[in-house]
Amino acid sequence: MDINVRVNGKTYTRDVEPRLLLVDFIRDHLAMTGTNIGCDTTQCGACTIHLDGKAVKSCTVLAVQADGSEVTTIEGIGKPSALHPMQAAFQDNHGLQCGYCTPGMIMAAIKLVEERGEMNDDEVRHGLEGNLCRCTGYENIVKSVQAAANDMGVAHSPFEADPAAHHETLREAEARAAARSHE
Amino acid sequence: MTVPTTPDTQTAPASAEQRVNAGIGRSVLRPDGIPKVKGNFAYVSDLQAEGMLHGATARSPFAHARLVSIDLTPALAMNGVKAVIVQDDVPGTAMYGLEHRDQPVLCDGTARYWGEPVAVVAAEDPETAKHAAAAIVMEWEELDTLDDPEEADAIDSVFRRVKVRRGDQDAHGEVVIEGYYEVGTQDQAPLGPEAGLALPDGEGGVDLYGTSQWVHADHEQIVAALGLQPDQIRCHPAGIGGAFGAREDMNLHIHCCLLALVTGRPVKMVYDRAESFAGHVHRHPARMWYRHEANRDGTLVRVQAKLLLDGGAYMSTTGAVIGNATYFAVGPYKVDSVAIDGVGAKTNNPPCGAMRGFGAVQSCFGHETQMDRLAAELAMDPMVLRRLNALQQGDPMSTTGQIITDSLPTVDVMDALVAMPLPDDTDSDNPLHLPGGTGLTTSRSHVRRGVGYGVSIKNIAFSEGFDDYAEARVVLTSVGAEVHTAAIEVGQGLVTVCAQIARSALGLEHVAVVFDDTSSIGSAGSTSASRQTQLTGNAVLEAARRVREMALERIGGDDLTDAGVWRNGELIMSLDALYDAGPIEFTARYRHPATFEADENGQGTLHAGFAIAAHRAVVEVDPELGLIRVVRIDTAQDVGRVLNPQSVIGQIEGGILQGVGLAYMEELVIQKGKILNASFTDYLLPTFLDAPDVEAILIEEPGEWGPFGAKGVGEPPTISSTPAVAAAIRDAVGKPLNRVPILPEHIVGV
Amino acid sequence: MEMTTPKDLTEALTAIDQDPDAVLLAGGTDVMIGVNFGETWPSHVVGLRRLAELTAWEGNRIGAGVTYRRLEKGPFAALAELSRTVGSPQIRNAGTIGGNLGTASPAGDALPFLAAVDAEVELASLNGRRTLPWHEFLVGVKRNAREPNELIVATILPEAMPPRQAFAKVGIRNAMVISTVSACLTRREDGTTTIALGSVAPTTIRARKAEAMISSEKSPTEAAIAEFGRLVSEEIKPISDHRSTAAYRRHAAGVLAKRLLERCL
Repeated sequence: MDINVRVNGKTYTRDVEPRLLLVDFIRDHLAMTGTNIGCDTTQCGACTIHLDGKAVKSCTVLAVQADGSEVTTIEGIGKPSALHPMQAAFQDNHGLQCGYCTPGMIMAAIKLVEERGEMNDDEVRHGLEGNLCRCTGYENIVKSVQAAANDMGVAHSPFEADPAAHHETLREAEARAAARSHE
Repeated sequence: MTVPTTPDTQTAPASAEQRVNAGIGRSVLRPDGIPKVKGNFAYVSDLQAEGMLHGATARSPFAHARLVSIDLTPALAMNGVKAVIVQDDVPGTAMYGLEHRDQPVLCDGTARYWGEPVAVVAAEDPETAKHAAAAIVMEWEELDTLDDPEEADAIDSVFRRVKVRRGDQDAHGEVVIEGYYEVGTQDQAPLGPEAGLALPDGEGGVDLYGTSQWVHADHEQIVAALGLQPDQIRCHPAGIGGAFGAREDMNLHIHCCLLALVTGRPVKMVYDRAESFAGHVHRHPARMWYRHEANRDGTLVRVQAKLLLDGGAYMSTTGAVIGNATYFAVGPYKVDSVAIDGVGAKTNNPPCGAMRGFGAVQSCFGHETQMDRLAAELAMDPMVLRRLNALQQGDPMSTTGQIITDSLPTVDVMDALVAMPLPDDTDSDNPLHLPGGTGLTTSRSHVRRGVGYGVSIKNIAFSEGFDDYAEARVVLTSVGAEVHTAAIEVGQGLVTVCAQIARSALGLEHVAVVFDDTSSIGSAGSTSASRQTQLTGNAVLEAARRVREMALERIGGDDLTDAGVWRNGELIMSLDALYDAGPIEFTARYRHPATFEADENGQGTLHAGFAIAAHRAVVEVDPELGLIRVVRIDTAQDVGRVLNPQSVIGQIEGGILQGVGLAYMEELVIQKGKILNASFTDYLLPTFLDAPDVEAILIEEPGEWGPFGAKGVGEPPTISSTPAVAAAIRDAVGKPLNRVPILPEHIVGV
Repeated sequence: MEMTTPKDLTEALTAIDQDPDAVLLAGGTDVMIGVNFGETWPSHVVGLRRLAELTAWEGNRIGAGVTYRRLEKGPFAALAELSRTVGSPQIRNAGTIGGNLGTASPAGDALPFLAAVDAEVELASLNGRRTLPWHEFLVGVKRNAREPNELIVATILPEAMPPRQAFAKVGIRNAMVISTVSACLTRREDGTTTIALGSVAPTTIRARKAEAMISSEKSPTEAAIAEFGRLVSEEIKPISDHRSTAAYRRHAAGVLAKRLLERCL
């Protein structure tokens, strides 16, 4: 099947097998190997890319599904002469060790910061819950993302559906329960 | 030039060390960080070669079965299949293994574990290779599966028995604590799966780029297995996505080489995650019986234990792992009467080998739980009891009797930990701060908080008489210097610290680390046992000092900088000119203080060095649902001397999370030898929301022989963090909980 | 493998009418894992991601192609809560409510909600449309009543949604939780209560005896709440597997039932 995919600003037309995964298309057909494969089951997030402006795990998207789409991979982040603030922040804050999760982590984090701006620790952790790291214990990744959010200069915009909002529901329920027990 | 060295570890050329910006003691950034954040760091799985074929593996569906027949024709008949290989096709010994070459390269007619490789295929594309491997017809006759290590022990199906008897075997204390403990099978789960690329050289030899922790050990095994000359195989250090012990043993390496030799084309193999779980060794599951006797004042009198670790079907490093478990079975405590029996069982379970902590993890869960129970029995604070019995420098090891000459700041570590402030109680009802997390199961009123401690001791570097050394070469260039090594950078930061050591010793800023293959440099030893900073670090230190001396001597200088050689404050020759005048390089081989095999009672100088760590866990538990959130881990760790603060903290934070994972979520579920949860959907790794806050205090008491007094830091974080979390959960829920991981059903008690 | 990417519903229905064995692919979060594991080797895949008809969401009619990302910001409290627990942000960007129905896994996160509110499932084929109540649609472990030539086009929630609703899911981890037990409870002003549970039976199930008992309690006492939990534990049919034990699931279902009820009182 012929597909047209715009990857990192350049359009590629390729004849691909329909069963080809988008991540394999990027890695094997376009020879952009920055996007890593860690689990094949959408758990680890190492293969996170941007597909039409959304962070997705490219191990469970078929290349043909990306026909006509806009894809950004880690290779499309930053400039040859200058790192993107998120890339620089991971390097400066020791936000990586083996680095295998890093491209996916950076892609997920950029999207998160674009949407949310500066964040507290909880917000970063919740926003990146779909990316696993086996080396760092995550603390330095949180620091990296916070530093980058500052550098990227995106204003804070709270989650439209913040899990913290849930605690209001719980509080109300507990207040009602407390009221009942006094009855 | 190669000479054995014993460097003076306490001093470097002061002027040079103090002057360089990116030398030791600074949080120098990783040189490989830039390619890693840009996505152009080359992992083995990224490598390509012209005309490359792809390999795939057919595996045993049974844990123990006789291969009655195998029909390769359906695979060979497929378009694009270039080779299919079985054990009979393997030249040489066709066997491999780290301690003992007991594992056939491919199934030798009997499969001894589930997932054992039976045949390998090379084809034009990965898909075809996979299909072809699946098309191979195998007829099996199932045999009895020995999956119970106790039964294996009873019938003497064991890899190694280790016996320790020290002191008066009739000694008795006033208080007796007996306990039985279990540790489940943890997986290293490095994020980058196994991969290899073998390139035939056209003359019967191969260049291999594979996931590895020790290319020279791979090299030696491949040469023997394939019956080649040593110079026909070159193993290259290559980009690797984490290791944690899983890369010590080979898996697809020999397969790749063989397929490349047979087809005459480059062959690449990459495991997917499911295959990775079957394809590498795991942490040994353990069953442990402990008996502690103490006097009422808390003094330990006698410790007895039987430790049964399941090595699975092939030996891997089971011998050394059960050795470590046994020799560290008492923990960092003084006791004069000891009897420990360690058994490394041989079963039809998945083979087990190295994982961060290497045997000490298992027994630490046992001895630390015992110490807590003893403290409770004596109504003592658990850390007061530990401090009272703390093993220190100059003491004999309670198990082996070895007099500890390495620094051992056990008391300082314990005191520093206890002095750290506890986190405040919280009334946060944010689900992210509650057990159950985003599942919204729990509100604050359901939660109980608990606090627990763990203290550990671990050997640094290889033990029991192993000839453990590292070679490194420092070469002066026209702009600075290069450090050459075959040591493997797995993510831990060796590449950073080697350059830092070289800079401080040379007085030069421009230092790059170059990873050489097995034909270009001698062995650096394994990237394991927390040893590379000390071993390769010392080799680099010595080589760099010699190079500096040689540079100064050549033209009678008194200082060396990136500008060149100086005398009396004047530049007398540029580096460029120095370089043009002839090469200056030095190859150093560092051996750590000798260790010896134990006598029949497990006595002797078995270990080269030691490190202590202590952890305090604060957890919150929802006892009704058995759900857990680890709020905080505080730690103090004996690090000798900090060479790169950020790297050390990174090792501590990452290592702790692996210990936390073992405490309550990470376990391979194995039934009749078969792994039931071979995916990241069901083998649970801690996420961002499972990771506790970590506060660390680094205790710097210089070690006996590390460069500048540094000690290895990789493993200790993983060892006592697990028992600390377990103790904190017990504290919260008041149940014995003698097994890790502690699962919800254990807490609930159904 | 062949791939069809229909531009509209008719094209999609025509494709599956001609090839009833075609595998339907929406977000891919379930189907593609089967493909990657080699469990599914589809010869023909029909991609549904671009069908505008499926991504429409009007009031109580939610298109099958609506992602969790959208649902987590929606007006239905329990649906929003459960959507936030699905996978991770990347999965919520891709996964759809129709995918949960199509896979019909007992662990499908959205299913307890649909069962608790008595949602209907709208199916379309070239022959027309039909609507099934959820319990006639979910017929077994990973089995549903969709005919091979049909497409799940929407789920329809009742006009009068229960004002109080809550969802919870038990898993070992605190994020990317794979449910060992999940539950959704709704309650109306008149006391009418429903509870549906996931991962505790071959399909999502309602605990009807427990519902009947608690619905008659206008202001349930602690004893009544405990009895409700006990009845829920009794009514489910959990199994032991590599994720948990039957006994734990039974226990946890009872605990969730009590807690969700308390949240909705």
